[in-house]
Amino acid sequence: MERHNYDIVVIGAGGAGLRAAVEAREAGLRVAIICKSLFGKAHTVMAEGGVAASMGNVNENDGWKVHFRDTMRGGKFLNHYRMAELHAKESPDRVWELEVWGALFDRTAEGKISQRNFGGHEYPRLAHVGDRTGLELIRTMQQRIVALQQKDKRDHGNAESHIKVFAEVTVTEILKEGGKVAGVYGYRRENGVEVLFEAPAVVLATGGVGKTFKITSNSWEGTGDGHALALKAGGNLVDMEFLQFHPTGMVWPPSVRGLLVTESVRGDGGVLTNSDGIRFMFKYIPDVFKDKYADNEEEADRWYNDQTNNRRPPELLPRDEVARAINAEVKAGRGSPHGGVFLDVSKRLPADVIKKKLPSMWHQFMELANVDITKEAMEVGPTCHYVMGGVEVDPDTAAAVGVPGLFAAGEVAGGMHGSNRLGGNSLSDLLVFGRRAGLGAANYVKSAPAAKVSDESIKRAAEKIQAPFDRTGGENPYALHEELQELTQNLVGIIRTKSELQEAIEKIADIRKRIEKVSVSGDRQFNPGFHLSFDLDNMLLIAESTAKSAIVREESRGGHTRDDFPGMNPKWRQINNISSFTGKEIVVKQQDLPNMPAELFDLFDPHELEKYMTPEEMTKGGSK
Amino acid sequence: MTRKIKMRIWRGNSETGSLQDVSVDANEGEVVLDVIHRVQATQMGDLAVRWNCKAGKCGSCSVEINGKPRLACMTQMASFAEDETITVTPLRAFPVIKDLVTDVSFNYKKAMEIPSFEPPADLKPGEARMQQIDVERSQEFRKCIECFLCQDTCHVIRDHEENKKSFAGPRFFIRIAELDMHPLDMLRNRKQKAQEEHGLGMCNITKCCTEVCPEHIRITDNAIIPMKERVVDVKYDPVRWLGSKIRRREEVL
Repeated sequence: MERHNYDIVVIGAGGAGLRAAVEAREAGLRVAIICKSLFGKAHTVMAEGGVAASMGNVNENDGWKVHFRDTMRGGKFLNHYRMAELHAKESPDRVWELEVWGALFDRTAEGKISQRNFGGHEYPRLAHVGDRTGLELIRTMQQRIVALQQKDKRDHGNAESHIKVFAEVTVTEILKEGGKVAGVYGYRRENGVEVLFEAPAVVLATGGVGKTFKITSNSWEGTGDGHALALKAGGNLVDMEFLQFHPTGMVWPPSVRGLLVTESVRGDGGVLTNSDGIRFMFKYIPDVFKDKYADNEEEADRWYNDQTNNRRPPELLPRDEVARAINAEVKAGRGSPHGGVFLDVSKRLPADVIKKKLPSMWHQFMELANVDITKEAMEVGPTCHYVMGGVEVDPDTAAAVGVPGLFAAGEVAGGMHGSNRLGGNSLSDLLVFGRRAGLGAANYVKSAPAAKVSDESIKRAAEKIQAPFDRTGGENPYALHEELQELTQNLVGIIRTKSELQEAIEKIADIRKRIEKVSVSGDRQFNPGFHLSFDLDNMLLIAESTAKSAIVREESRGGHTRDDFPGMNPKWRQINNISSFTGKEIVVKQQDLPNMPAELFDLFDPHELEKYMTPEEMTKGGSK
Repeated sequence: MTRKIKMRIWRGNSETGSLQDVSVDANEGEVVLDVIHRVQATQMGDLAVRWNCKAGKCGSCSVEINGKPRLACMTQMASFAEDETITVTPLRAFPVIKDLVTDVSFNYKKAMEIPSFEPPADLKPGEARMQQIDVERSQEFRKCIECFLCQDTCHVIRDHEENKKSFAGPRFFIRIAELDMHPLDMLRNRKQKAQEEHGLGMCNITKCCTEVCPEHIRITDNAIIPMKERVVDVKYDPVRWLGSKIRRREEVL
């Protein structure tokens, strides 16, 4: 066994993890960064559209208040107001700071960072680099880490004296002593050797849960590891019923089903049509958005050139609305040949502009589907993309509720996006709360002495890792994973009902019994079957938490649609579903959502809030 | 439409490994990585292969397919003849850890040796002004997904372990070029350093790196050749050579 000692261990090397590590290092601490894959490969690279920040470079009317309103609206007012507030206020600084670290965003004519339109954002707000913004973000952070290491080499003679990256390490457990975080246990995939990190603070930045579902835009890494680690360490998950099905995933060929088609396609003028050639989104504008979205093609088309005097095209409604609309069209028999709808940008923009603005989309369709998007329409349909639910945290410090020494940021943390995330708000979330988690952990460490991990804890953790090899003749982890994905897709997917959710809960409990007997072949080194046996355990906890939260929330809101409760219910807007783990099963309890203070309440038109809130809340709410 | 495919896959490490034959189903529209995953799930539960995004964006699934450096996720099965045996082997320029997974730490070591971006000391966040046309040159190189296929194919190190110490490779030449052309970067002499410390001179512009780049970055034409030309200018133009010496002396004084 390898043994390491750090002030802070960051689990996850995507945008949030790296930003946390930078902040903790700059606070003078020693940081270990654990990557599930190689350094620089995290799922953040997949983010396409951009990072939302109200810099006001393209429309000077933008500002944090507008961004805050858009975020709350997008989340259907279930967001933790404080997270949405911090996010809207701090994201411009986080973007500008990337530029000082070497990022090269696309520019406006005046030479400022360009900003593009996106669903749910009132003004052009997304800083971007073509449609590969996530890659720019991760590379900039990666290179920032290297720059800090080079400085450490100059100052301390060792590049890894203060930040060390541990690539391809799988974390199996967060270790606690005396009720507080004391370290992390796992193994190196390269050689199977077990690793112990002793540290008083751990930052979870492990991303999402998409691999729990069959059709997803997530890579193999999105198995809810951080969500599950937090549960097992005694933390809570908030509102796990809210999953974002991105409206536009590829549907053909089957091997790329679920792969993301960036929302920028619509932001840059792409329209959605059904098999009758009808631009169907006009039919699906919900009442709460009627005054912001055009109800006819002429006005929608004019908006691209004159955004002051026209309402936005309904293709740019928040993602949950568009995903449900596509689902309904396909169900009504008006889908495309492979079970999606058509998304066409070729009629709106000249070929060279498409290639310039959407280079990786052009590339992706050309090379994987033999479709030239400058000439023909794409076929798209909903794909499981993002989990709004996540670890319950303190907004200011990112500290996980109930587990001293544990922090969480990025997709693994809950609350920020409410019931639905706006596009572009995830890259900004990573930066804002990644930094806050790094800072929160650094401040915590300064007052919390490190506890020694006991031999007993180590022994228990080691036994768990060895277990799948000691069993023989058990079930195949690949087959169990497929079974789980099938059931979540069919029973806990985009449209839900009580009876199906009940069935899902029972089936998940059955799979849980069966994974206790999973056995694997080969040895520990780079063994994907062995690895999957841990991932499966995590994914099952996620699926259970999602299904149990979904069955109690008797309303439809954002990324949770109940066929048997189709409308929003203002009573449920006041409630978070809190999942915890007893060691045997997930228990879901209801907790009151914190109230927006008067100064934030006042930022909204009361007529808008009336659509979401109860009369009592309206009288209590603002300062007027 | 499903058909049976014959595949030969490298199993084991550099010393004791060998090619193993498998017969496996392939469906319409699939890429090589899909078929490797099917082999994993049905025949070789412990077959090691790196992959993440499966969309050509992360650069993890780099292997050699019929001897050519490729991303397994971007190589369509339809690009092979019906009865063709598809041979999948690990990247040859790097030591094999297991099966299709290689030790690419060489690249991370080289990344550490390239001096980082150096912004103007007085640059305040939000104040930078750059024209699109000026950032585009560096943006081309920042498209790099670090798949390391260019490093793998480069004959300076592909079969010459001894050159690795003094040669950073095409991936890092475009990194140097990116910083050299970055409108805000203040560090001088990046090109000279590329020549003197990172082995730019060992490249004899056969363009193999450009050919394998899945992002179609024009590594040789847009990064390596312009840097080589400028280095030569300074080295062999007596006036510029003298100029550089005088400037350096002034800095010392």
